[in-house]
Amino acid sequence: MAAVKLLGAWVSPYNCRVICALKLKGIAYEYMEEDLLNKSPLLLQYNPVHKKIPVLVHGGRSICESAVILRYIDETWPENPLLPADPYERAVALFWIKFADDTTFPIAMMYLITGEEQKKAAKECSEMLETIEEHGLVEGKKFFGGDEINMVDIAFCSVAHWLGVIEEVTGLKAFEPHKFPKLNSWILNFKSVPVIKESLPDIETMLAFFKGRREMVLASKSS
Amino acid sequence: MAEAEAVVKLLGAWLSPYCYRVIWALKLKAIPYEYIEEDLSAKSPLLLQSNPVHKKVPVLIHDGKPISESTVILRYIEEIWPHNPSLPTDPYDKAVALFWIKFADDKSPSISKLYRSDGEEQQQAAKECSEMLEAMEEQGLIEGKKFFGGDEINMVDIAFCSVAHWLGVIEEFAGLKILEPHRFPKLSSWIQNFKSVPVIKENLPHRDKMIALLKRRREVLLASKSN
Repeated sequence: MAAVKLLGAWVSPYNCRVICALKLKGIAYEYMEEDLLNKSPLLLQYNPVHKKIPVLVHGGRSICESAVILRYIDETWPENPLLPADPYERAVALFWIKFADDTTFPIAMMYLITGEEQKKAAKECSEMLETIEEHGLVEGKKFFGGDEINMVDIAFCSVAHWLGVIEEVTGLKAFEPHKFPKLNSWILNFKSVPVIKESLPDIETMLAFFKGRREMVLASKSS
Repeated sequence: MAEAEAVVKLLGAWLSPYCYRVIWALKLKAIPYEYIEEDLSAKSPLLLQSNPVHKKVPVLIHDGKPISESTVILRYIEEIWPHNPSLPTDPYDKAVALFWIKFADDKSPSISKLYRSDGEEQQQAAKECSEMLEAMEEQGLIEGKKFFGGDEINMVDIAFCSVAHWLGVIEEFAGLKILEPHRFPKLSSWIQNFKSVPVIKENLPHRDKMIALLKRRREVLLASKSN
């Protein structure tokens, strides 16, 4: 089997999605950490359009965009499938993966911005969580994927892990366990899966990183 | 005798490029369907029930089951009716196609922003639009290839519907010129080729009707901004 490399950044949830998928399928890969403030020639060559991570390199060819990478991995290594076999259920899964893609951004916004803009981002985030609670999660189902996690669960890793950190760093509250009981159960279940536990970046390291970034943002705003 | 209930229904809006993506996909595969025009200012109970998350068109309803988001619908159509395939079979080539389809999804909104805004906001939208076109010209289109799909159009070509038709009309309406043929020769050829494909040519919203609606929409939007 041709070699697999992953160009990533430990702090990125999109990167984490790919690591989760690779580990769930037991795929051996070489990980290369990118310095996003000083991008490598390799990254610029492999993702000339966006110049972003994650990038999967398989047999020397690059695949970009985490949702596209996940599908590529699922097709190329079909054991332990991460999507339902039924076309309709697959369409529903893809709908939620796109939803995760489109609505995860406010989470990152919350630490980068302040004041009114931040309140607006927190509100959008809260609406996103309400939607997942009401329409995405099914009572009694442990995961989006049923009894086992699937690609949709992985796609929402930023809700499971990054949101809590960002909330602690910014002081804003979008997620309240009593308001989102299904989501709360899902987060606990998701983070208990051994492969996921191994793949998620360490909380303390994340807190230190985001606190530092937040201080820089606040300092630049007060200058 | 009662008519058989249509197995495939499409809830759409005549001005929406996202709806046309689905119309073209259905017609290219000769799939019969019932089209239901939605009044987006007074959404039907069927739409609200079929797409409770976004309440948007297009929605495909197949055997009573709704599918939302145009790119998800395209992939569903592709799986249920695999004849005349619109995606490569090779996983790597498919990944490249899906990359560009996502790119089209993420960047196309800059086109509608051109008529929804003015001043600095419009300038910003024009800049984003230009960057999108540059990426398509430099990285997406290959010299000598008629379409993103090669000799025949595929899902990527369909996904760039806004660039093919809506951009030109909106540019004309807003008095802007972003897609200059000398700057974007490959893209200009692609647009001509794409709009010559019979299924596409026969299923495009009329320019005059579009401009009339854009004008009304813009007036309403800018009026509400100044209040």
